[in-house]
Amino acid sequence: MLGHPPISQKKDSEMTPSMSSQYQAALDAGRFQIQRCKGCSQAIFYPRELCPHCGSDQLAWEEPSGNGTVYSTTVIRRKAEAGGDYNVALIDLAEGVRMMGRVEGMAPADVKIGLAVKAQVIQQGGKGLVVFKAALGA
Amino acid sequence: MSMVQIRTNSSTGLQALRGKAAITGVATYGCGEAPGMDDMTLLVRAAHAAVADAGLTMQDIDGLCTASVNATMWPMPVIEHLGINPTYVNGTMIGGSSFIAHLLPSIMALAAGQCNAVLVCYGSAQRSAVFGRKESGAARRFLDPQPFEHPYEPVMPVAAYAMAAARHMQQYGTTREQLAAVAVAARQWAQKNPEAFMRDPLSIEDVLKARMVADPFTVRDCCLVTDGAGAFVLTRADRAKSGPQAPVYVLGNATACWNRQISSMPELTVTAAAQSGAQAFAMAGLKPADMDVLELYDAFTINTLLFLEDLGFVKKGEAGAFVASGAIAPGGSLPVNTNGGGLSCVHPGMYGIFALIEAVRQLRGQGGERQVAGAQLALAHGNGGTLSSQSTAILGTAATL
Repeated sequence: MLGHPPISQKKDSEMTPSMSSQYQAALDAGRFQIQRCKGCSQAIFYPRELCPHCGSDQLAWEEPSGNGTVYSTTVIRRKAEAGGDYNVALIDLAEGVRMMGRVEGMAPADVKIGLAVKAQVIQQGGKGLVVFKAALGA
Repeated sequence: MSMVQIRTNSSTGLQALRGKAAITGVATYGCGEAPGMDDMTLLVRAAHAAVADAGLTMQDIDGLCTASVNATMWPMPVIEHLGINPTYVNGTMIGGSSFIAHLLPSIMALAAGQCNAVLVCYGSAQRSAVFGRKESGAARRFLDPQPFEHPYEPVMPVAAYAMAAARHMQQYGTTREQLAAVAVAARQWAQKNPEAFMRDPLSIEDVLKARMVADPFTVRDCCLVTDGAGAFVLTRADRAKSGPQAPVYVLGNATACWNRQISSMPELTVTAAAQSGAQAFAMAGLKPADMDVLELYDAFTINTLLFLEDLGFVKKGEAGAFVASGAIAPGGSLPVNTNGGGLSCVHPGMYGIFALIEAVRQLRGQGGERQVAGAQLALAHGNGGTLSSQSTAILGTAATL
């Protein structure tokens, strides 16, 4: 008979944690990681089980440079008594992936498209989270 | 960040479906404020009116398409409430574009003889209900998690569209005044529509001076939060002629979805409408210049600019100046959102079905004071999520077959 042999399901004992939980566990320990596909060499964010570019399941973790650029940005207007205005931005990382984030350490309205930023991991509500600051010299 | 390869489709199988089905009944119900109402009551009343408009009874309905913001198994209670036994059921839920995206699979089901009369229907009491928009949004954080966006508290959907607008401004020099011109044009149309929720005069300055929500948007760049329901009936073209209303034929329809989260959208100034529009025009054998009237899902002012560009009515980056010239307002060269749109007419959570219904009313000549004289061809475009899903329909009168 032609065709593929059946692809068997792994036993529970062989199942590795989800990529998203591996990502969060590293963040909780203060480490920011993104994935890179061993098949097509493209960087991947957010964490996936399969490469969204080529479909491979051979994905490796790597530590990004942390260098990024503001792709777009907005100021969420919020009443002062609720905490005041805050920034939400989309950041293009030097590795070629985009992620949501916020730029801290400056007035939300001063965050501009094209601003060079640097990633850092903070702990928010007991969980690791990537935020950004203007890059030195930016 | 990799650009999407736009898939073109010139399938002869799809072209063969051009004009094979027609919308024979439409209705809206409870648009604006409907105190004491719930989603289902509004839906059923609109459905009943649309079926009557088609000259049918509910027992003639043997196909059903519907979707709900909150209920994942929504077609089943709708079937109970309507008392129908459909042989075709479609609960595809891709946000506000869903009810336009329901067209093509329904046309296929009709062509195959799976059913004879499809009812597409939606209702929402999100403005008046106890479990309204705010509560629904909070619940969806658990039911529809986006763990790589939620921690940054991006008030959705407005933050996503605001960032698209900011990017369009940066790349093409689009101004806040040009964005405001979209809202002003919508209001001018709404003033001609007795069903529209907001009909007070609105100026560019009014839009710019309104409360900021998410830069660069003020509250007047944002769609309404209303109640309302809409429904329409689709039958095979051979059967459509026997109804009381002039049939409105579906000449083309296509749907595209490239992402869910705004952070996963390849390029914030290019939507999947570039694909859905090209495919719908290919199926219809028509081009943008052929259209007499457009109904574009305007959840925010930036939507209208993006869709005018991506659907091919102006070049990329030129929609701001086009709109600021008055082109889409009453008296302009290209009538857009003649009911007042989601910005000024109605927006009960998902607006797509209302865009389609207005296109049908225009092609029937039932637009009253806002009627586009001699309209024969219309485009209705639906958007879903945060610029996530796009569905384009090309509709025409019998003269366009």
